[in-house]
Amino acid sequence: MSNSKLTRRGLIKTGAAAGAGLAMPTLFTGNVWAASHGGYTNAPSNGKVTLGFNVPQSGPYADEGADELRAYELAVEHINGGGDGGMMSTFSSKALDGTGILGNKVEFVTGDTQTKSDAARASAKSMIEKDGAVMITGGSSSGVAIAVQGLCQEAGVIFMAGLTHSNDTTGKDKKANGFRHFFNGYMSAAALAPVLEKMYGADRKAYHLTADYTWGWTQQASIAAATEAKGWETVNNVLTPLATTDFSSYVAPVLNSGADILVLNHYGGNMVNSLTAAVQFGLRDKQVNGKNFEIVVPLYSRLMAKGAGENVAGIFGSTNWHWSLTDEGSKAFVKSFGTKYGFPPSQAAHTVYCQTMLYADACQRAGTHNPCAVAEALEGFDFDGLGNGPTHYRAEDHQCFKDVLVVKGKENPENEFDLLEIVEVTPRAQVEYAVDHEMFAGGTLGECNPGA
Amino acid sequence: MDQILLQILNGLDKGSAYALIALGLTLIFGTLGVVNFAHGALFMIGAFCAVTLQKILNISSIVLDPTKTDFLGNPAKVKTPYVETWFGPEMGASIIDWSVPLAVLFAIPIMIAVGFIMERGLIKHFYKRPHADQILVTFGLAIVLQEVVKQFYGANPIPTGAPESFRGSYDFGVMLGFKANAIIYPYWRIIYFAFSLGIIGAVFAFLRFTTFGMVVRAGMADRETVGLLGINIDKRFTIMFGIAAAVAGVAGVMYAPINSPNYHMGMDFLVLSFVVVVVGGMGSLPGAVLAGFLLGILESFASMNEIKQFLPGIDQIIIYLTAIAILLLRPRGLMGKRGVMEE
Repeated sequence: MSNSKLTRRGLIKTGAAAGAGLAMPTLFTGNVWAASHGGYTNAPSNGKVTLGFNVPQSGPYADEGADELRAYELAVEHINGGGDGGMMSTFSSKALDGTGILGNKVEFVTGDTQTKSDAARASAKSMIEKDGAVMITGGSSSGVAIAVQGLCQEAGVIFMAGLTHSNDTTGKDKKANGFRHFFNGYMSAAALAPVLEKMYGADRKAYHLTADYTWGWTQQASIAAATEAKGWETVNNVLTPLATTDFSSYVAPVLNSGADILVLNHYGGNMVNSLTAAVQFGLRDKQVNGKNFEIVVPLYSRLMAKGAGENVAGIFGSTNWHWSLTDEGSKAFVKSFGTKYGFPPSQAAHTVYCQTMLYADACQRAGTHNPCAVAEALEGFDFDGLGNGPTHYRAEDHQCFKDVLVVKGKENPENEFDLLEIVEVTPRAQVEYAVDHEMFAGGTLGECNPGA
Repeated sequence: MDQILLQILNGLDKGSAYALIALGLTLIFGTLGVVNFAHGALFMIGAFCAVTLQKILNISSIVLDPTKTDFLGNPAKVKTPYVETWFGPEMGASIIDWSVPLAVLFAIPIMIAVGFIMERGLIKHFYKRPHADQILVTFGLAIVLQEVVKQFYGANPIPTGAPESFRGSYDFGVMLGFKANAIIYPYWRIIYFAFSLGIIGAVFAFLRFTTFGMVVRAGMADRETVGLLGINIDKRFTIMFGIAAAVAGVAGVMYAPINSPNYHMGMDFLVLSFVVVVVGGMGSLPGAVLAGFLLGILESFASMNEIKQFLPGIDQIIIYLTAIAILLLRPRGLMGKRGVMEE
């Protein structure tokens, strides 16, 4: 029980504080933030700012990591005023002017995550402590993203996640210093389920093979819930070890299970191998329950689809972005990337390019690299022109909300990059969910940590 | 019952690859006494022989087609493989379609040469060194080889399909009186199983019915005595290393359509193959084959839902549990020589 007594002086003080609070969006710009947030980890000096790109440079996702690195280099080039500017010219925010970030020239260091949590944390730590990186970004696995996000929170730097699709990254494992532009398992399922119902009907029995780690679990739970809501029955869910290479013993019993749909909650090499096994077993040539047997791959990646070859033809899935999009942002990015490297960018390249731009833009708008100011600039930020249509960075969980692409493996590809065709651009409203949705429950953002 | 038969089929198929790799491994251990951790890399190089031949056959002439555009809006490049130009579209397409079986012939001399260079260039310098040194140097070599392959072919798997006529699956269920779709099995996996039986039979026949094989077997039993008889056993053992490399290589070639080759596939098989050799008995050729099929079948059964429900995760550890049990109860392995690994 507190004793409070309202006085004239107290009323004036309270009013002034409330007024300042209301005026904060305009007050906290430029150097005001910098002044009020004194020290923070790895503040730039000598007119240079260092970003840390933590991507798989070895291991099974090395090609995806290489594509991410290409996109990072392109983003840095554009931010520093080089090249054709890429999506900087289509980005709705015009805070960046091609002179680096806040006048500091952008430099970068790279680390190798090896798609292993401990290696990724070690390389991120090294970039923060030895190289002075003020922001860490990248990755091609949810397990790695969650591990590095936790480290960045402790170290007091911003983490701009790369390719991570588990609900947990911005769900139970979300952190105040971490931000995700990529979509997630729930969004894939919400976009995909109506298309699947339309294509294959409501009376379907699904058999799930699921990669046994955080991404697989949340992807499976999401797609099972979304398809069950449309009338499908989930007859089985078999967890497969991540190290599995030959999926024959998991695929062989599927036809005899009564299921007429196989959902492969696999990514990367797992997806290539399980899909190849399913096609080899002739699943797609069979009829079960009087219907054609079908396969679904909830999360597609063009780079990985290439590994599965013609096996992807006609198979539905979802993706965060695709080079064949015709909006101005996507066209600018494809032109810029394609001219520099000779082939179109992957969705991994796109998301990390966007993350770098968004970070640079947020610093510019905040007037500082202080993680707390940058986080505040990103929270609730609405933008457009980065290839996914109008996009919102939700303040409560640091998840981007934007349209989702439902895609299908192309039947007759015209060239080696022409592997997926866009079936539907699912509007953002259809994939949005409440902050306290049960699939994302359990964690809190906590307090932003500026570090030093 | 149908599920059991299905998993036995599966196990025999998985076991084929294990048996072929383990056969080469144990052949090298039995002749040269070397624990060759680079043997998985030989399997991987074999698979990449298939990839390479496919790429060679797809080397194309390029013509710009102004009526089509590429992703940047430039005139599209239309590629026509030279084999189609030289042999006609149909014949050329058939040659490309059959690239994997053709790659077996392509791979054999390459693999023998790789094996020969590996043995003469590096491994022979480690014959008198402890097994730990041999393991370290061959493991290092395996890493170097896979990184070289990654440098040229990238990290992503590369699809390498079976010939069109061997795609699809056969319904054993109908043949055995079960309902349709109960026991289906892909044609190419059946071929792989038959192919591995053929290779295993050929290796055994070579060792048993040829003079060369007899000398090698004699050398495996008592190297010193054979040497004293004036036979250059080292040369024969080097040739055996080449043969073991070729066995691993053709196993890799034929495996390419089953799982798209990637630079890491050798490592995926290496540990399993060593377990197979240990379970079968170090240096025992029949033991390697028996253990390969046995562990393949056990692994298949362990991934059945009915078993995973009682023992979650058993599919990940079954092979290692078996190895522990064998090492405890019968350290020389199922068919190992008395005294080997038992002292």
